[in-house]
Amino acid sequence: MSTVVDIRNLGVSFATDAGAVKAVDDVSLTVERGEVLAIVGESGSGKTVTAKTILGLLPETATTSGAVVLSNRAGTRENDVISLSKQRLRDIRGTDVAMVFQEPSTALNPVYTVGWQIIEGLRAHGEVSKKEARARAIEMLGRVGIPDPEERIDHYPHQFSGGQKQRIVIAMALVLEPGLIVADEPTTALDVTVQAEILDLLRRCRDEFGTAIVLITHNMGVVADLADRVAVMYQGNLVEQAPVGELFANPQEEYTKALLAAVPFVGHGTARAEARAAARPAGWAEQTPLVEAKGLEIEYPGRFGSSGFKAVRGVDLLIRPGEVLGLVGESGSGKTTIGRAIAGLTKVTGGSLKVLGAEMNGIREREFRPLRSRIGFVFQDPASSFNPLLTIAECVAEPLIIHGRARDARGARTRVDELLEAVQLPKAYGDRYPHELSGGQRQRASLARSLALEPELLIADEPTSALDVSVQARVLELFAELQREFGFASLFISHDLAVVDILADRIAVLYHGELVEEGTGTEVLGSPQQAYTQRLLASLPVPDPVVQAGRREQLRLLREAD
Amino acid sequence: MSTVDTIAPAEGAPTAGRPRTKSQGGGFARYLLVRFLLIFPTIFILVTLVFFLMRTTGDPITAAQGGRLSPEALAALREAAGYDRPLLVQYLEYLGRIAVFDFGATLTTNRPVIEVLATYGPATFELVFYSLIVAFAVGIPLGLRAAYHRDRTQDAIFRVLAIFWYAVPIFFAGLLLKLVFAVWLKWLPVAGRASVGAELQLQTLPNKTGFYTIDALLTGNPEVLTDVLAHVVLPATALGLLTAGIFLRLVRTNVIGTLSTDYVDAARSRGVAESRLLRKHAYRPALIPIVTVIGLQIALLLSGAVLTETTFEWKGLGFILAEFLESRDFVAVQGIVVLLAIIVALTNFVVDIIAAFIDPRVRY
Amino acid sequence: MTAASVTGVPKRRLRDRLPVVHQVRQSVGLQRGMLVAGLVMVGLFILVSILAPLLAPYGFAQRKDASGSFGTQQPPSAEHLFGTTVGGYDVLSRVIWGTQTAIVVIIVAVLLSIFIGVALGLYSGYFGGWLDRVLVVVCDAIYAFPSLLLAIVLSIVISGGQSGLWAGVLAAAGSITVVFIPQYFRVIRAETVRIKAEAYVESAKVLGASNSRIVFKHVLRNATRTLPLIITLNSSEAILTMAALGFLGFGIEPTAAAEWGYDLNKAQSDVTSGIWWTALFPGLAIVFTVLGITLVGESLNDLADPRLRGRRRVAKSAGLVAETSVVPGGTLVAGPGGIEGLEDGETFDEHGIEVKR
Repeated sequence: MSTVVDIRNLGVSFATDAGAVKAVDDVSLTVERGEVLAIVGESGSGKTVTAKTILGLLPETATTSGAVVLSNRAGTRENDVISLSKQRLRDIRGTDVAMVFQEPSTALNPVYTVGWQIIEGLRAHGEVSKKEARARAIEMLGRVGIPDPEERIDHYPHQFSGGQKQRIVIAMALVLEPGLIVADEPTTALDVTVQAEILDLLRRCRDEFGTAIVLITHNMGVVADLADRVAVMYQGNLVEQAPVGELFANPQEEYTKALLAAVPFVGHGTARAEARAAARPAGWAEQTPLVEAKGLEIEYPGRFGSSGFKAVRGVDLLIRPGEVLGLVGESGSGKTTIGRAIAGLTKVTGGSLKVLGAEMNGIREREFRPLRSRIGFVFQDPASSFNPLLTIAECVAEPLIIHGRARDARGARTRVDELLEAVQLPKAYGDRYPHELSGGQRQRASLARSLALEPELLIADEPTSALDVSVQARVLELFAELQREFGFASLFISHDLAVVDILADRIAVLYHGELVEEGTGTEVLGSPQQAYTQRLLASLPVPDPVVQAGRREQLRLLREAD
Repeated sequence: MSTVDTIAPAEGAPTAGRPRTKSQGGGFARYLLVRFLLIFPTIFILVTLVFFLMRTTGDPITAAQGGRLSPEALAALREAAGYDRPLLVQYLEYLGRIAVFDFGATLTTNRPVIEVLATYGPATFELVFYSLIVAFAVGIPLGLRAAYHRDRTQDAIFRVLAIFWYAVPIFFAGLLLKLVFAVWLKWLPVAGRASVGAELQLQTLPNKTGFYTIDALLTGNPEVLTDVLAHVVLPATALGLLTAGIFLRLVRTNVIGTLSTDYVDAARSRGVAESRLLRKHAYRPALIPIVTVIGLQIALLLSGAVLTETTFEWKGLGFILAEFLESRDFVAVQGIVVLLAIIVALTNFVVDIIAAFIDPRVRY
Repeated sequence: MTAASVTGVPKRRLRDRLPVVHQVRQSVGLQRGMLVAGLVMVGLFILVSILAPLLAPYGFAQRKDASGSFGTQQPPSAEHLFGTTVGGYDVLSRVIWGTQTAIVVIIVAVLLSIFIGVALGLYSGYFGGWLDRVLVVVCDAIYAFPSLLLAIVLSIVISGGQSGLWAGVLAAAGSITVVFIPQYFRVIRAETVRIKAEAYVESAKVLGASNSRIVFKHVLRNATRTLPLIITLNSSEAILTMAALGFLGFGIEPTAAAEWGYDLNKAQSDVTSGIWWTALFPGLAIVFTVLGITLVGESLNDLADPRLRGRRRVAKSAGLVAETSVVPGGTLVAGPGGIEGLEDGETFDEHGIEVKR
């Protein structure tokens, strides 16, 4: 009797404005004691729904069929979650199965202390004295790596950093020692260095507490790092399940193969970048750079006379014609701020930034406007980068109209059709409204708009971070193709080293507003010189369980060296 | 807050540990100060607005005595009161007097406005107080229930009820309540704050407060107390139910919002009981916006008090205001309006502080 | 679903552009009931106001007919279905004529405040600066102030407390306007500030679009999407404020127009002596109108907020599997899967569960 949860022929439907939508269709899975089962899939695959069913956490609009048989830690009791009464469901939540959420900042109630919330869970199950509950909460906080737990237990969630909040959420899940933890994208909201630490903690949950984990994720690197067994889901169906080594080495289904092929692998782009560098004509490096930053500083003003926030502190960088510079950094590193400053969206407050020959420090919008036709910009969020009331064709025609190349959207239509074709969208999509396109399609249209005036410089701010991995692969491919064809220079901003690696000729690493390291992919990824770059690189999980095991060891050594 | 977010060093960085506690030290004191200072521009704007608006039609003496006096007598009166001087001079003088809490004297009775407030203020305060009790006692529990049973029968009934309470003008509700409970059923008194006998006892009390409930307790006569409480039932219900409808809607919307958050789901996944989820996890965070909006409803409550008092001849500020309006005594009207503006500004300040105390993100 | 997609696109656009029709289709259950009930009541109100000359048995200022004077405070009878007032007017006729006054006041007040409020809000939200700060403080101060008191002060200013038809209507509408401007200002300003940070506005900025182009092409139309909602809520407030002014004696003289608040004012003393019909019918007219408009407004509000929108329940495991836009290795020409014919292409997020619509 070593199965913790046995999901049999699970089906889940939702009521939506447009009628019933089936989210999960006939899925059967089991999780063994002390095992990490990863359920992977892209958005809409039904992986989260499946996981939530295990805790009976589906909203009222859902209807469920099949069975989810959950046993307790000792294996002495079994329950079918789907047919349990509300009261019985409450009894097993927390004791038999617990959950870790994607966004730690929303999973903690902002108006209660973290200790109050942990103790509440303890006292919801059986008689525990306040004092004892508090002692156990403190102990658990210590075990998940919160420093000074005796003092920190009385702090409110907003007083912790994102990674610490996720540790607290894990502590809450562990405190009643359930046999199973369901972790729904537990590291997606976190920076890659923090992600590595949370993955370590989850591994300890399995090894030290003997807890089984259902890990919901879209990130194949995370799967390779933590999972014992993998189940692949697609459009509500279970496509394939296999032990982790087997799945990565020898995927059986077409979908799994395509999915694995779409995942960028850090270091695989260096050869291409070297070939590009070799093909440059002599004297290329002596050209006037399109963008030249010297000691660039950008400060956001503070409120009520408090001191401002320095987002960028003394950065030097160059972008030469036809070159792709990849800008990498974690949240708060100032990478987006630099991109916005080059596009004239954010004021430069110190140092020098020359864009297409114009000094941006103290420039007026009127002087910069003529240069704007030579710069393109692709935004991160495909959902909000188009005016919802205009058709795609009208949106793509906008630069042509603004710069007098066309009188109105109709006059620009021929050119718009050409552009849509260039980004591999059917012409007919021009008549659609933005919400009628998927994220990937919108991002293509966004590329079309930014290329309408054939700019010399294209700034792409995390253009693929909101997309599923297979869509991301195709958009990146398209980007590379267009770059070859149009020959524009580009600043490509991303938090993901592997994505930048695919496209960039040179890579610049930012940390807390400072440029840590800069060089070709071979230099930065092959032999990073700075400690931060080394840690960033080592923290990035690669989609190969064997390689990843070695990298994990490397990261551990790096941490010990600190 | 967003900038603070970005400053927080990444986990694992050498500085990791306690990223925010220190950077926010003294933040609450500063918030208090800034919020307090904001009261003054608000009062200043309203005083200015009311002053110039009231003067665009002429001076108060002409308005009050218009047709009754000869032009010469009128001019003499105006000169004596200083209304013949440039408007700007009058305005600056008015501001100066407001600064030392001198709101002028009424034209009709020649009493200082501040004294009018002292006489009639307690009655309005009492009415608003009892109405708030009705509003809280009815609005919040019903709002919670409606949110919890959303889209079901209970929710439907409460929501239609809330809309209905809002749609019935308060003076009409007052008239109906009077008609049914006072005229037809004769259960409760028609109008006023106390019956003649009780009023006499209350007025002769040596150190009376003006708050009839307190004064009635001071007389030690249970009949007086019952009489006073019987008088308050209908006006407080009329004003309270209007406000209850607004509270109900407010609580419902905000609690529906917090009920669908991750932290409620997270608490549910720890096995916390549903009733506790509603009372603790959904209600408390929802209170922050609720309290802020309730603060803004003070204005509505005062508007409502004016109408309620007129309907029930409840001798409070609203009642006396309506009388001054009738007799075109605009000095008194202006004085009372400005006073109410100050009260509203102060109440909003207090309410914001309460909201801040519920929200630890502001406090720490 | 795919079949619908061929003809679905242009058809949906038309439906989307008819605001109320779209929402009626979107609503379910109780929400639809509330919306439809509200629409019927509002429709009736408008119809009565248009047909008032035909429906009303007498003029609003008429006290006698061929058979002589109506008499005062007469209980309901065959000649006077709702009785007569203390002033000797026919209650039914005044209730019917009152709809016209109400509608004129609503239209004037809402139109005036929309134009001023939207213009100020757009400017303030988009350009910011010192004017923005001043406007925000001024509007917040007015917003927090008891609106009825402000309306009283303004009606003194506008009409000097006098009350001819147009003076009275303008006084009521004008004083309501000033109370409403801050509301429109706040909403439009907040929307503008939000939209200004949206990627599509930034994108236009990067492209070098002029401020006027951005404001009119991108900001204005998106910022005013919430207006139908505020208009309905303000209309009901306008009626209540007008009635309150009338009740306090700042209304319109009975000879100039019929106004419900004024009639209630005159009916106050009647109630104490048990005469119910003079107060009941004008009061009910107010309740009916405000209830109708508020029901529409509330429903629109709920439908605009996906969190508050009601959903249908489903039969067990019914429906098609939600398709995603993700087709690894698939062709690019393939349409966006299950998006066609559905509400919109965004994933909806209920309790953290992601399902593509």
